[in-house]
Parts: sequence; structure tokens; C-alpha cells
Amino acid sequence: MTTTTAPKATSHVPDLHGCFGEFGRRFVPETLMHALEELTTEYEKARQDPAFQKQLNELLRTFVGRPNPLYFAERLTQLCGGARIYFKREDLNHTGAHKINNTIGQTLLTLRMGKKRVIAETGAGQHGVATATACARFGLPCVVYMGEEDVRRQKLNVFIMRTMGAEVRPVTSGSRTLRDAINEAMRDWMASVETTHYIIGSVVGPHPFPMMVRDFQSVIGREARAQCLQEVGRLPDEVVACVGGGSNSAGMFHPFVDDELVTLTGVEAGGRGGQPGEHASTLTYGTKGVLHGSYSYVLQDPDGQTMDVHSISAGLDYPGVGPEHSYWKDTGRVQYVNILDHEALDAMKTVALNEGILPALETSHAMAYAMKRARERSKEDVIVVCLSGRGDKDLNEVARLTGQTI
Amino acid sequence: MSAIAPVFTRRTAENQLAFMPFITAGDPDLPMTARLIRELSAAGADLIEIGFPYSDPIADGPVIQASYTRALNNKVHVADIFATVAEVTRDITTPLVAMVSYAIIFRIGPDKFVEQAAGAGFAGLIVPDLPGDEADQFAELARTAKLDLIQLIAPTTPGDRAARIMQNSTGFVYCIAVAGTTGVREALPDELQQMLRQLRERTELPLAVGFGISRADQIDGLRGLAQGVIVGSAIVRFLETLATDPTQRDAVLKQVHEFAATLAKTAHESR
Repeated sequence: MTTTTAPKATSHVPDLHGCFGEFGRRFVPETLMHALEELTTEYEKARQDPAFQKQLNELLRTFVGRPNPLYFAERLTQLCGGARIYFKREDLNHTGAHKINNTIGQTLLTLRMGKKRVIAETGAGQHGVATATACARFGLPCVVYMGEEDVRRQKLNVFIMRTMGAEVRPVTSGSRTLRDAINEAMRDWMASVETTHYIIGSVVGPHPFPMMVRDFQSVIGREARAQCLQEVGRLPDEVVACVGGGSNSAGMFHPFVDDELVTLTGVEAGGRGGQPGEHASTLTYGTKGVLHGSYSYVLQDPDGQTMDVHSISAGLDYPGVGPEHSYWKDTGRVQYVNILDHEALDAMKTVALNEGILPALETSHAMAYAMKRARERSKEDVIVVCLSGRGDKDLNEVARLTGQTI
Repeated sequence: MSAIAPVFTRRTAENQLAFMPFITAGDPDLPMTARLIRELSAAGADLIEIGFPYSDPIADGPVIQASYTRALNNKVHVADIFATVAEVTRDITTPLVAMVSYAIIFRIGPDKFVEQAAGAGFAGLIVPDLPGDEADQFAELARTAKLDLIQLIAPTTPGDRAARIMQNSTGFVYCIAVAGTTGVREALPDELQQMLRQLRERTELPLAVGFGISRADQIDGLRGLAQGVIVGSAIVRFLETLATDPTQRDAVLKQVHEFAATLAKTAHESR
């Protein structure tokens, strides 16, 4: 009897065409193709240029505040009564989330390519803030597209972006969330591609964005891996991170992909439940398709129209996912689960009460799963959670949802 | 050979331009789409582009995006579009070309989509987010179904890349006039003439210009440089009225007819 198994995942993806297995590639209007080829070439050169890497690393150290610590969450571990839980503290980065790792890298590329203007899109506002910050640092004009619903949910971040000199353009089309902000940013880029770089905020979009953003975010996993070896004396048993578009998780997982004994778990937004329109669990409920320039899993109807999604977290409210995650799903390298809105809210509160750390609502999804999982594991086991961002930005929304006033 | 080539052969022989209007299928509903197709055909359109509404268009400007939203809000489905087109193509000879996102084609299944498009009587396909590099397999499917697969060239496309893309192109080459999305522009860029001259040296296929064109003088300016002209947003804009006043259907059809007839007349002047 013969059995067929899916090919094993490797960290050596994508290929020259941007393929992660069958996923990725480029499905964009011809107007953008030349810019994508130019970006691919320039990124390849930059990646091998010691001067670029030196400048990037120096900025990550002095401006972003890296390396950030791997923290043993002792009281949370005691509370759960199982595996030891560690946090990789991306919340301690300048601007309070992992997003800055990518925007610093892409801003340096913008300068290298001689482009004079930056555009970005944002959901929860963290990528917008990180882009506005990097642009302010280098004196580049910056326009950030943000769905009107997210502008409402994330007033604080809108104010921070404007204070950093960025222009925030509310998007009123469609569901007025992240997906519409991406559509609008792509349209702007179509008209300005010769002078403008589009800093995509996640591991989504056409090649080379999924690869490039993953590379810039992989500093998270590289540091976590080395810190775990140093502090625990071995690799973790399980690494957990939340997945919207999937950039913090891609950066966290990628350096562990070839460590077969490490379980990797991506946590999606389960929203209010499994009915269409009630969640944003693309890898759990989606089908293969094309969205925003790449081939990946998508939440879509039988005609290929993108479906509405819901999450308590503006940062996870996205009906697509990075193509590398789709590759990891189909090869079985990463398991994808989901956590409901109320479970994430509870986890936020539990982590705050027990550790004195307020995780973002996105991160709280990963926290909720890690706590469940820790209870099932032995005390000898180690779980590392990517604490992708801090929760200050979410407090107005949390207060509103829980009937409190600030 | 599909029904597209004879259109250009005829117009080019007379030193005329082919006039190619665009409308969105299902805006505001499919019965109106069928009436619009017949009206545009009667007004002198040489070919009509039928846009399949898509939830996340990135090449389209606000006018066409809004028309997609109107159609989708009315629950227009791909199968219904094919059914409507099949009915219309029984009575008119004007070739129809589908303008459709690859997201839709992929979801339906490329083989199945091509088969259904050919079955409905479409003469060709334009897939704006399927760039030349990704088009090999799909071009083969289209060829087998005797559908033209029209490729797009942008102002940002380098010459050698354009030559490569046009190898897979049949029917005509869709030349994007401006770096940007669809939508009416006051003036077409000066570089367009040079782009068309360079493309002319690299292909014998007819060149059709779209994005930004809405006026007779813009069509006149393309004489001798291109063989066809595509007008989208300027026509779709007439349909906006119907979102708030559905009683205006006959009036809108008349307006569209008059507008299209004027542009067709300009395109068909022999000079």
C-alpha cells in the first residue's frame, strides 16, 4: 500500500516567482508590475548589502529598542497550572508593537529606491503609527488609508499618526475596515507608483511583499529562539502567535520552521462564531483564491466575492491571509485554531491582572489559546507566545464593549 | 479567429477607430444590462466590454467601483450574467468582451469559466489582474475555447516586457492611457503618443486605448496612433441616477444612446 503525504515545509521559500508551494505570486494590474520587479531587485541587493543590514540593525537597536526580552510569565503559569508560559515582548518596541520592525526596513528601502513619498494602510492603526513614525524619522511624506469604522475604533492611533505628520485618509467604501483600506492604498499606488512606495503592513500582497515583510519580522523569531536556548536551555515545545494578515506570526514562526519538534500554532479571530460574516478565521473556514495581489486562502463566496468578516480586534478583521501561512497550513507545519471575541477579552483581563501587562486585543487571541494549551501540557513543557503589541489602543473599545467609561 | 478581428480589419481599412464602450453587468440589474447592450450596439459600438462586478477591485476608480457595489448589492451572480449575455448575443452581432477579475475566474474554475464564457457568446476576455507573466496557462485555455485573451500594457511597462506580454495577446492590445485607475481625465498624457508608436513597432495587433477617455477631442487625438478607443466611467456615470430614481430607466437609456452615438460618430470619421 502506498500513502501520499503533503511535501514537507521548508524555510527556503518563496522561489524566484514568489511561490510558497502553490501560493503567493503576483495578481495585480500591469501598471504595478514594473514597480514590483524593481522592488524585488532592490530588496535582493539590500538584503546582501552589509551597509544596509548594519543601518537596519543599528536602528532596530537604538530606535526600536531591540532586542526586547523573552519574559517568563510566572503568575500566569501558576494560574494555568501546566506548561511554563513565556512572552516575547514586542509590546516593548517603540510605538508598542511588532509593526515597527517592518516599517523601518521598508522605509530604508524607500530611500534606497529614491522614492519621495510613502503610503500605507492600517486596520488597528499600529502599522499606520509605525509607518508614520518611520517616515517622520526620515522626513518622508506619508499618507495612511484607514477604514472609517477603524478610525472610529482606533481614535488614539489616528491622533498619534497625525501628530507624527501623517495624513490619515478615512475610507468609506465597502465594510470600511482593513480590506477596503488596502484596496484604496492599491489604487493610490496605481496612480503614483513612479514616485511612491507602498509600505504594506502584513505578509500579504503580491511578491515580494510577503517574503520581504516576513524577513523584516523574522527578527522576532530569531531573537526568541536564541533567548529560549539561552534562558531555558532548549527550544520551546510550542510557539503561539495570532494571525490576521499574519505578520507577527510569520516573523515568529519562520526561524522555527525547520525545527520539526517545535509545534507552531497560529490563532485566528473566531469572532462571534463560525457563521459566515461572524468571524475572520481565513485558514479555518476559507478557500483558495486571489485577493489583494496574491493567491492564498480567502473568505469568499461561491462567485469569488470577498465575504464580510468580523472580529473584536480591528487588527485581525481581514478576510485574507499571507500566502506563506497557506503554505504552512497545507503542509501541516503550522496548526491554525481560533479564539472567540469574548475569550480574547477575558484573556486580556487575565494577563493584565496576573502579569501587569496589557496585551493588544490581537495578542489576546494568542494569549487565550496559550493559556488553554498550557493547562493541557505538563509542567516541563515550554510555550512561547508572541506578545505582538500592547493594548492601550484598544481600551476605548474594550470600555465601550464592557459598558464601562474611561 | 473570434469576432473581434473583423471589427478592426473593417475600421482600419476605412481609417476609422473602433468604438468600445464599457458597462457593468447588473448595474442596476441584469434586465437593464441587456437593454443597455442593445442600445449601445444600436448607437454604433463596435465591441462592448461587460464588467463583472467584483468586491475588491484595485484597477478601478470610484465610478466603476460604485457601479460594482450597486450590482453586488442587487445580488448579481456570475451564472446570471452568463445567462443574460447568452440571451442578448442571440440577437446582436456586436462582439462582447468580459472584463473580469482573476479572483472570480479562479473561484469558478478557469476551465469552467472559459467554457461558460464561450457558451454565453463572449468573443474575448480581459483579466486586468492577471499579468502577462501569469497568463500562459489561461491563454491556452482561452485559445482552445476560441476566445481572445486581451492583454494590458501600462505606461509603466518597459518595452521588452511589453513585447513578451503581447506574444500571448490576441484580439487587440489594451493600452492603458494613464498610470492610475479607470476614470475620466481632463487630458491624456503626452507620453501616450510615444508609447503607442513604440508598441506599433512591436506588434501587428490592433491597439486600443482605455482609462481616462470621455470626449470626442480625446478620440480625435488618437487617430493614426491607435485602432480603437475604450470608454468606461463616462458611460457608467449615467447609471448613477438609477440608484436613487429607478423610474428614469428610459431616460437613462436615451442619454447613453446619445452619448455613445456621438463618440461612435467621431471614432468612425474616416481621416
